[in-house]
Amino acid sequence: MRGWFPEDISTYGPDVDRVFYLIYYIVGFWFVLTQVAIVVFLVRYRRRAHVPARHVRGERWRELAWILVPAAIVLVLDLGIDAAGARVWDAVKKDLPPGDVHLAITGKQFEWLVTYPGPDGKLGTADDFTVNSQLHVPQGKNVRVTLRSQDVVHSFFLPNVRLKQDAVPGRSIDLWFNATKAGTYELACAELCGFGHYTMRGVFVVEPPEAYAAWVARHAASGGGA
Amino acid sequence: MTTAAVAAGERIPSGKLAVWWFLASEIMTFGGLLAAFVLCRFAGGGWEDQAAHVNAWIAAVNTLVLLTSSLSMVQAHRAVEDGSRRRAAAFLLVTVLLGVAFLGVKGFEYSRELAHGFTPSTAPFWSFYYGLTGLHALHVLAGVVANAALWIAAVRGRGWAQVAPRVEYAGLYWHFVDVVWIFLFPLVYLS
Amino acid sequence: MSEPMGFWRRYVFSTDHKVIGRQYLFLGLAMALVGAASAYIIRWQLAWPESQIPLTRWIPEPAMYDGHLDPSFYNQLVTMHGTVMIFFVAMPILLGALGNFLIPLMIGADDMALPRLNMLSFWTIFTAAVVLLASFFVHGGPAASGWTAYPPLSDDPSYTGVDWGQNLWLLAVALEFASFLMGGINFLTTVVNMRAPGLGFFRLPLMVWMQLTAAVLFMLSVGPLIAGAVMLLLDRTIGTTFFLPQRGGDPLLWQHLFWFFGHPEVYVVLLPGVGAVLEILPVFTRKPIFGYRTIVYSTIVAGLLSFVVWAHHMFVAGIDPRLATPFSITTILISVPFAVIVFAMIASLWGGSITFPTPMLFALGFLVTFLVGGVTGIFNGSAAVDIFIHGTYFVVAHFHYTLFPTVFFGGFAGLYYWYPKMFGRMLNEALGKLHFWLTFVGFNATFLPMFLLGMGGHMRRIYNPLQYDFLKPLAPVNQFATIAMIVLLLGQIPFVLNFFGSLRYGAKAADNPWGANTLEWQTSSPPPHGNFSTPPTVHRGPYDFSLPGAPADFVPQHRPAAVGGRAA
Repeated sequence: MRGWFPEDISTYGPDVDRVFYLIYYIVGFWFVLTQVAIVVFLVRYRRRAHVPARHVRGERWRELAWILVPAAIVLVLDLGIDAAGARVWDAVKKDLPPGDVHLAITGKQFEWLVTYPGPDGKLGTADDFTVNSQLHVPQGKNVRVTLRSQDVVHSFFLPNVRLKQDAVPGRSIDLWFNATKAGTYELACAELCGFGHYTMRGVFVVEPPEAYAAWVARHAASGGGA
Repeated sequence: MTTAAVAAGERIPSGKLAVWWFLASEIMTFGGLLAAFVLCRFAGGGWEDQAAHVNAWIAAVNTLVLLTSSLSMVQAHRAVEDGSRRRAAAFLLVTVLLGVAFLGVKGFEYSRELAHGFTPSTAPFWSFYYGLTGLHALHVLAGVVANAALWIAAVRGRGWAQVAPRVEYAGLYWHFVDVVWIFLFPLVYLS
Repeated sequence: MSEPMGFWRRYVFSTDHKVIGRQYLFLGLAMALVGAASAYIIRWQLAWPESQIPLTRWIPEPAMYDGHLDPSFYNQLVTMHGTVMIFFVAMPILLGALGNFLIPLMIGADDMALPRLNMLSFWTIFTAAVVLLASFFVHGGPAASGWTAYPPLSDDPSYTGVDWGQNLWLLAVALEFASFLMGGINFLTTVVNMRAPGLGFFRLPLMVWMQLTAAVLFMLSVGPLIAGAVMLLLDRTIGTTFFLPQRGGDPLLWQHLFWFFGHPEVYVVLLPGVGAVLEILPVFTRKPIFGYRTIVYSTIVAGLLSFVVWAHHMFVAGIDPRLATPFSITTILISVPFAVIVFAMIASLWGGSITFPTPMLFALGFLVTFLVGGVTGIFNGSAAVDIFIHGTYFVVAHFHYTLFPTVFFGGFAGLYYWYPKMFGRMLNEALGKLHFWLTFVGFNATFLPMFLLGMGGHMRRIYNPLQYDFLKPLAPVNQFATIAMIVLLLGQIPFVLNFFGSLRYGAKAADNPWGANTLEWQTSSPPPHGNFSTPPTVHRGPYDFSLPGAPADFVPQHRPAAVGGRAA
């Protein structure tokens, strides 16, 4: 199972996966139970000569218990799944920690414009620079992103981080993540945005903080855009 | 409707039931549009200056026109129940004329607003204004056409017995159109 | 009532619900060809992105370039596939055909309450289909923004190059809505007013309950989307700015209006398929359906809940994060009534005397495959997991594992079961079984791997996955799914041969070839105009199978209580 997921490189990625596995094992149990019951009943209760069917209506509580008790168990497990999921959702989407790095990312047909704060570390100042479809972040630091769109709805998707957020024109939406493993990964658009939707790919580089700082300094000096 | 249906002891005639179901879906349609308007308006803010340019007096006149037409529609239905074809025809005609008057006033209102440069593109408030009142006006038009057809049938006389029960159904629809306006008027013009 | 009618009044502009039901069926089957063709091209493109797609050289530029697919046309096919399958295949077959054909018969009525409205409803959807197909031929081609038509992509032609195509799409969908509103009004009025004497609500066949619930859900949910469609059309034509943020509008408003309808809509499509299965199981297990009342109450609860889950389609759309958990809770709660219904179906097998003709195979196929769809809904309903799987093939697999079971397994089950009643002939069993196995294997082989694609992060609506390094290893999965889909498509050939061949060469059908209890089987196959030579009176529920003390193992609904055993 794990082999099918992209590599986890963020702090909360494994938490998201854990909710997935929790659901997988719970529903897997019910899935196997019900399918086995179906097969067993189909075999066991095939028509045999002189063996009539049992006239059971399932209107008495004694009979209904067979389906209502399992349903009640399903309900309890469902609520448990929700509780586990709510914690993770809040950590990813609601309770944003302060960021070590702030970026502004704007989706447009068909590229991601990533604006970096430059060496002064502040967005909205003269040393900001914008790079097309290249997301560089320092390893092990909280990255805060303000996500926007210039035209239609796009969706900012970092598979290895387990992060996805629609970029909606007219809104600024705040995200955060912390990438723990250096490497080169990908950024994709996950919302149909036109004929070039499939080309809206970005390079996502996680590097040690010093390397990141050096990259920023290089780009600030050359005026960005590369 | 068949004898089988009557024998089954139906309480509400099929035509009436059908109109009620239809109105239920219409409530959801106008409800959706009105809810969107309310939420966008009172979440975003800043629509007051645009909203100030509608003329509540003209709309108040139209409210009166529509309410009166509902009254005449009730009288038309009463006339049908009393078996008076001529009275029904008269009240149907009044309802039709009042409906046309409503549309006329609305048209006058639109032309004033457009002349002042308030088009559907001017601001979100105007998108909702034209959308809401336009959709409502289309429904008024449909009602006018239906009532006019009933009036013609009432005047002609031939086959009136078949058609007469439909006055009540048309009345239900017409009251609904009136009720929508009763919600629309304060939300669009007065708030 | 019995004067001879010309060809046009009898077969084309008929007010007879049985004719209208068959018309809906043929419309749905014809549009399924369009839906299937688009799926074929999409899947071939996904499997072999740079290749020439076989059998498509006749499609002209700018859609295809000598068999090579244009990216815009890909998006248009994706849009049309969803639109056609949901609005012009699923609903016409399950509601239009099965609902129209069966409801009056099952309640012992001679026709619908409003036959002319019924005829109008069919011709409205026919017009809608023509309008939608016409959109292929206008400048700029058909709509390209998905069946979900999110603005601003769908709002401003400059974003897609599609102009009239999107307007025609809106018009077609609006007409389809009008058609099913008319139909729903008819279904509700008919069931309330025209039930045979003795047919109280808790003696109705479950198919009728499902059609009723679907009709109510549709009628109460479609309004906001009609409003939304009007708003989108106005944005596109007279310059309003409802959904355009550059001029003060809000794209999320559309999403709320769409999904407020969109979620109940999937249950509108689901319930009639479930209804077909619930009718078929008792007949081929020779015992009552287990938990009739419980199933009815669960259906109503699910219907009510369906109105408060819609934002689970919008978890990452930009809604306030605090809304996610409440909607996760309502969403996961809706799994409970469906679990009850599925458990009831399984319990209906226990203690039965089971045979496996084709209708039963398809009904069981529904049960087995819908279980996958149901449990995978839990993943999507959890907002945390949805962060990752939203917009991926996990979702595509999930909804195909719910829609396909209801439309194809449930719908085919219904077609095989009621074909004798509709057409007076029996279908060929061998071809039916072949059809079933090819469909069952083909369907699972196509869509089960898509869960794995989704776990790998494979996005939806992507013209060429090979653009992404992380998707390249998944290419063999796409290829496998495409080959499986071709098997699935070819597997429908036995059905086509069977369906049309049996019209001519099938064995003549008896009144009640399956030994069933519901009223449609207590008249001839097909029923005469007016349905019943003498209007029936109902004395019992619909599932008196293997009733202790009864002379036969089934007791039709119109048999008086004195004959065999206690009545329901």
